[in-house]
Amino acid sequence: MDLRAFQDIVHKTRDLRRTQTLPKFSPADRDTLIRKYHPDYRERAYRPIQFGPNAGDRTVRELACLLEGESPVPADLPLTPDQTADVLVVGGGGAGCAAALHAHGKGAKVILATKLRLADSNSVMAQGGMQVAIAPDDSPVQHFLDTLKGGHLKNDHQLLKVMVEEGPTIAKWLVDLGVLFDRDADGNLQVKKGGGSSKPRLLTCSDYTGLEIMRVLKDEVLNQKIPLLEFSAAVELLSDGQGACTGAVFQDLDNKRFVLVAAKAVILATGGIGRLHIQGFPTSNHYGATGDGLALAYRMGAPLVQIDTFQYHPSGAVYPEQLVGQLVTEGIRSEGGHLVNVKGERFVNELDTRDVVSSSIILECEEGRGVRTASGREGVWLDTPLIEVEQGEGALEKHFPAMVRQYERYGVNIRKDPVLIYPTLHYQNGGVKIDVNGETPVKNLFVAGETSGGLHGRNRLMGNSLLDLMVFGKRAGLTAADRAKSMQQGTLTLAHLDQFRAEARKHGVSNQITSPMILPAYTRTPT
Amino acid sequence: MAKAEFDTENVIDQEEVLRPKMVTVEIAGKTHQVPDGITLMKALWYTGHEVIRGAGCLGGFCGACAAYYRTKHDPKVKTCLACSTAVEDGMSFSLVPPFPARKATYNLSELKDPKQDLFELYPEAPLCRNCNACTEACPQNIDVREGVWRAVFGDFKAVSEMFMDCVMCGLCVPVCIADIAPNLVAVYASRAQGVHYTEKPKGLFKRIEEIQDGQYQEDWDRILRMSDEELQTASANIK
Ligand SMILES: Cc1cc2nc3c(=O)[nH]c(=O)nc-3n(C[C@H](O)[C@H](O)[C@H](O)COP(=O)(O)OP(=O)(O)OC[C@H]3O[C@@H](n4cnc5c(N)ncnc54)[C@H](O)[C@@H]3O)c2cc1C
Ligand code: SF4
Ligand code: SF4
Ligand code: FES
Repeated sequence: MDLRAFQDIVHKTRDLRRTQTLPKFSPADRDTLIRKYHPDYRERAYRPIQFGPNAGDRTVRELACLLEGESPVPADLPLTPDQTADVLVVGGGGAGCAAALHAHGKGAKVILATKLRLADSNSVMAQGGMQVAIAPDDSPVQHFLDTLKGGHLKNDHQLLKVMVEEGPTIAKWLVDLGVLFDRDADGNLQVKKGGGSSKPRLLTCSDYTGLEIMRVLKDEVLNQKIPLLEFSAAVELLSDGQGACTGAVFQDLDNKRFVLVAAKAVILATGGIGRLHIQGFPTSNHYGATGDGLALAYRMGAPLVQIDTFQYHPSGAVYPEQLVGQLVTEGIRSEGGHLVNVKGERFVNELDTRDVVSSSIILECEEGRGVRTASGREGVWLDTPLIEVEQGEGALEKHFPAMVRQYERYGVNIRKDPVLIYPTLHYQNGGVKIDVNGETPVKNLFVAGETSGGLHGRNRLMGNSLLDLMVFGKRAGLTAADRAKSMQQGTLTLAHLDQFRAEARKHGVSNQITSPMILPAYTRTPT
Repeated sequence: MAKAEFDTENVIDQEEVLRPKMVTVEIAGKTHQVPDGITLMKALWYTGHEVIRGAGCLGGFCGACAAYYRTKHDPKVKTCLACSTAVEDGMSFSLVPPFPARKATYNLSELKDPKQDLFELYPEAPLCRNCNACTEACPQNIDVREGVWRAVFGDFKAVSEMFMDCVMCGLCVPVCIADIAPNLVAVYASRAQGVHYTEKPKGLFKRIEEIQDGQYQEDWDRILRMSDEELQTASANIK
């Protein structure tokens, strides 16, 4: 059958669907659904980690290999620092920029090192918005409860309380820097409703929230003249031989040389893992989302939490082929867009949490109610034209200009036709264990943003990540800057790496991959 | 079983969806065969190019992958984002190296008159000669030339709205005959709009005070003492 015939089914059933409301699943049904269809429950994809702080814990094979991997740094690397800083921030996304700006503001000498260009990150792609409980009928407490529910009650309560309570203050910081959040008629920040939230709580900059925030933060980092090391990938941390972190080794991606930075405190803000393509999933993540920070912290002895759970965003593009894996904004569902199977039926309340919606889509496809493309992919429809039927012509262009453009490039008009979607690997729910100031159990090693874990439980709620980045980036930056004032630079050793290598040998682990990965190996090599 | 039946039935099988054929493209002057319809970025990988500078978000948001391209028989060289543009037969393209534009530095909150200060920070901005090259270079279809004029005339609100789509790819910069970096002027104007000319969000300030005044303390005390079952019920019941 051709594409048009399939799409016609969606057009024909629209009016009928508009009259339906789908109930959300009961907690028991949610659980059954997720256990049966969510990729987190595919036994085959998992194995125990063989050694290190999380020895015996299960995670996906791709991550286990990365954590057990071999450092590219030779044991006899000369350890003279090329540069020194009070606070070394690794990663140029939202968490890294927030940390660097706050540490710099406190008077610390900061270096911001990043693998690609400053701001080339996952943060720049966030479209849906940032959750902050500011509406009159909303409260931080309700935000707390919604997030807990979304995270299956596995969230770290302390971290979560800090995040929701500092949300409004951090929103003010961004407003004061000139971030242009959408406004209500009365000049207040407009809030929109997001999946899994009981109240409208999403602050947005049309569908360019991350881009707008990152444009401003990058501009400010440059205004403050914070020294940058771009195209420099952290490949190993440095320790003082007594378990505290004292800096990092980078590889300059232009000339492959090692660069050593000595620092009193290090903040890892290296983002997520999408480019590991866990379980073969396509991903919405940026080029550098290879989980480097997890591997670095792990080798240093920092324990990880909840690394057996990942977020597969319900709406990854399936067609056209050029867009595979890319995110289709959740805003469409927030605004009432339906998910529709091949027969033209809805099958899940579109505003349920991501894990539930993704599981439902996988169920539809596994039971043969998905639409398949000739390249072997499968998906269900997201009824975008419905938005204009409900809100009038021009609504998509007004509220979702980025998405209109995303499809227009390949000749697809989302105002006229629905789009095919399937879950895409989106977010690492867990990460390095941190306290409320972003510090790990390894002294003077801080982690902020997606690389950290615990806050989101087993499923992150939409819009909570941008808030997480800003709040914990700030707290890590401030704490690290304070710490640096009252201490001396420690010595630089690779003692932790020697120990890690000894552990690997002891456990008979060989054939290790080189870790961190730095960039995915997409370049085709001659066969 | 139903599944097998659907397997053939639910397949979109028309030709343009399949795209099995190979096309000829020229990358930085060299001819290669690549599958039709893949992105320029994937064509680079496919042909063995290692991309470090020139790839970022891979989703059309970061502007790292600015590229020049030309299609068969068309003399016009166009611009695009390599991660978000499909190849076609006879296309030639190259990634664009970074351009050393000057960014002014400023402390926005301390500026007294940002609309006037623009002329000190970016003295070249009012020298625009209306050539429209910047607008033609913009892969995001922003009317860049118009934006520069709006900034010069102090309509920062319009600038902020027009440049919300700007991915900072910098393609509008090297083409400018007046040495203006329109995207940097726009970032300045947009931020100034936010800091100086946008209403203060009172509801937000009120919430910050409420939190500082401990208005939620009682709720917290109650909630943080709850067992998991109680939390489950509490979170299931909020409206
Ligand atoms: C498409 C998309 C849409 C999203 N939408 C939303 C949304 O609407 N709302 C929301 O709240 N969240 C959203 N998220 C999630 C959120 O954007 C991310 O979780 C968040 O941006 C992560 O921020 P970060 O600062 O931790 O990491 P990133 O922003 O990914 O930054 C990591 C940085 O570290 C650098 N880096 C990586 N490894 C190294 C290394 N070894 N050495 C040096 N530097 C390194 C990277 O190059 C990058 O600059 C979205 C995510 C994606 C992918
Ligand atoms: S305005 Fe300039 S920097 Fe911004 S998207 Fe257009 S060409 Fe790129
Ligand atoms: S390229 Fe420069 S001179 Fe030409 S219209 Fe744009 S800003 Fe003006
Ligand atoms: S890689 Fe970010 S826009 Fe293309």
